[in-house]
Amino acid sequence: MRVAPKEIQSFRDDFTYSNSAEAIERFPFPFAEDEYRYSVNMEPHLPKGGEGSAYEHFLDIDEHYLSEMAEREKVLEEMPHRCLAMPHMDLACWDMIERIMVSLSEDYPDYFSLIRNGDHWSWENKLLNIKDQFTFGDSSSLPLPPLDYIGRQMQGDFALLDQREGDLFLDAGMITCPADWSLAFDAGMSFKEWHGPVPMAHGEGIFERALKYLIAIPVGKPVRRLNWTLTVNARMDTSPEKYHEWGHERTTVTPENVGGKVYLRVELQVLDRMPRSNAMMFSIRTYLLSLEDLVTNKEWAVRMHRALKTLPEPLINYKGLTRFHGTVVDYLSQFDPVN
Amino acid sequence: MSVIDQISVKVSAVRQVAPMIKEFSLEAIDAELVPFSPGAHVVVTMAGAENEPTYRNAYSLMSNPQDNSQYRIAVRLQEDSRGGSLFMHHQIAVGDQLMISPPANLFAPEWMAKKHVLFAGGVGITPFLSYLPELQQRESEFELHYMFRSKQTGAYSDELSETLDKNCNNYDADKGSRCDIAAVMAEQPLGTHFYVCGPQSLIDSVRATADEMGIPASAVHWEEFAGAKPGQPFVVELSRSGIELAVASDSSLLETLEGADIEIPNLCRAGVCGQCVCKVAEGEVEHRDSYLSEPEKQSGQVMMPCVSRAAGERLVLDI
Repeated sequence: MRVAPKEIQSFRDDFTYSNSAEAIERFPFPFAEDEYRYSVNMEPHLPKGGEGSAYEHFLDIDEHYLSEMAEREKVLEEMPHRCLAMPHMDLACWDMIERIMVSLSEDYPDYFSLIRNGDHWSWENKLLNIKDQFTFGDSSSLPLPPLDYIGRQMQGDFALLDQREGDLFLDAGMITCPADWSLAFDAGMSFKEWHGPVPMAHGEGIFERALKYLIAIPVGKPVRRLNWTLTVNARMDTSPEKYHEWGHERTTVTPENVGGKVYLRVELQVLDRMPRSNAMMFSIRTYLLSLEDLVTNKEWAVRMHRALKTLPEPLINYKGLTRFHGTVVDYLSQFDPVN
Repeated sequence: MSVIDQISVKVSAVRQVAPMIKEFSLEAIDAELVPFSPGAHVVVTMAGAENEPTYRNAYSLMSNPQDNSQYRIAVRLQEDSRGGSLFMHHQIAVGDQLMISPPANLFAPEWMAKKHVLFAGGVGITPFLSYLPELQQRESEFELHYMFRSKQTGAYSDELSETLDKNCNNYDADKGSRCDIAAVMAEQPLGTHFYVCGPQSLIDSVRATADEMGIPASAVHWEEFAGAKPGQPFVVELSRSGIELAVASDSSLLETLEGADIEIPNLCRAGVCGQCVCKVAEGEVEHRDSYLSEPEKQSGQVMMPCVSRAAGERLVLDI
């Protein structure tokens, strides 16, 4: 069964965000092995897991749609520069509009509709009560710049990477729910530059191999990977711009509150070649699951305990877990029969 | 979920556009063609009759990228054709079916450039034909320098000089007209990017001139349209299955593997994209690709089977 978007919940202040039993069941759990290892864990972005799975469609719409869109509006109202597109990325932004509108209307016909008559397009988003007609490729025919327009209607963050000089450059994006990175800071950087802070992987040639793989991705062959971290409270916007609001929360985790306060934050990242511009669309769909919801799945609880216990020190620090990693491992150990 | 595999197309028109060049218009049979980016190519699979070899060649898309009603490619009949261009010229007619890969791009324009200077040699004009609509749409500054021999090539030269006016310079060597590449490059403003598509000698000449003038290598882009070249025959053994195959002198290793139904991912079939890389277990390799780094080539542990061959009589691949 598919989960329908529910009423708006919050990702700040009173944190009313919660997962239904169905949402817990479809959570994209990221640990494939007991021992944590670094790898370029890419696979073709093909349907997996059947109806209702997070991997059923190209873009995943779930019960948090309205909540995430409301949160995005708040972030952009305060910080409009969380969305940016350099002038040479205009065609790539239209590629992205086409990709998103076509797949949403095909995959979720109850919520979205697209009628294309040559360059004359009619778009309806029934969830947000949006109905617009525009000329494809003509940015002045939309009420907002193209990336801003479509980004406010899709769960997850988006970046558009320009491909040149055998490299990828972060030249456009809408980033309102990042795991501690800033679009304004990374804008214009190359692949290796924006991965600069990642520990351990540089010496192993991981980025060289990943880049060679990415720049050869053809049209129609999207790939995906999962990334993860832990977030204190169900906060979507853990950006450096807002560090003063959330950084200190990492000191508030105790053995008593850890289960409800710490969330496994998983990013379903998809890379897809844009046909007209040759740019790469990088979508980052974020899922949050509290540890107490996670441990309702006994296999996940055991796996998560072992993966976190073997997480190397540099990664604990890089992911910002130093202050509460031990508390989390202790909490999870009660579900692992080996202990 | 928007995944595209091979696209089956029907030839809707064939046109002789120069003495040695035929243009083919391709229309999708059961799907919609996707838009593509300027400089993109497709790999065309030409399935021969039973017991005949299957050819696969990469061809630049030369139609307007925004037009998804059809794709157009142009094929020059190669004197030393290993089969592909001969097949296209002599066996393909209107109504025939072909399989093509989704478009891939290894030769996209650099949109941040202040100006674009395009050097085309012969059938190397094709990728630039897909650049032109987008260059004009963006009102980018550009110059096309088109070198050909009108007794063989020179397709579209009249139309180009008519529509592009002073932005197009034609040089017909059969009429004694030559392009002074150094003079063209010397007068360009800083921030110009240079693009070359044509024979190896033209690519070498533009790269060498750029190097002498101190133009950064990152501002020079080229696409070789030459695919695999013949070589000595050899035997390849696949260590995981124990299969042994004979690679004929006019077949590439990749083609031989494909002929035995061994699927190897590939995009360019010209040693550029890196997709078909194979692990080598034993044997010396004659590296002919421009993808692997020097240390990788010297390690002898990997090779690109689309263009590279055994240096000896035998090669063992770890597949």
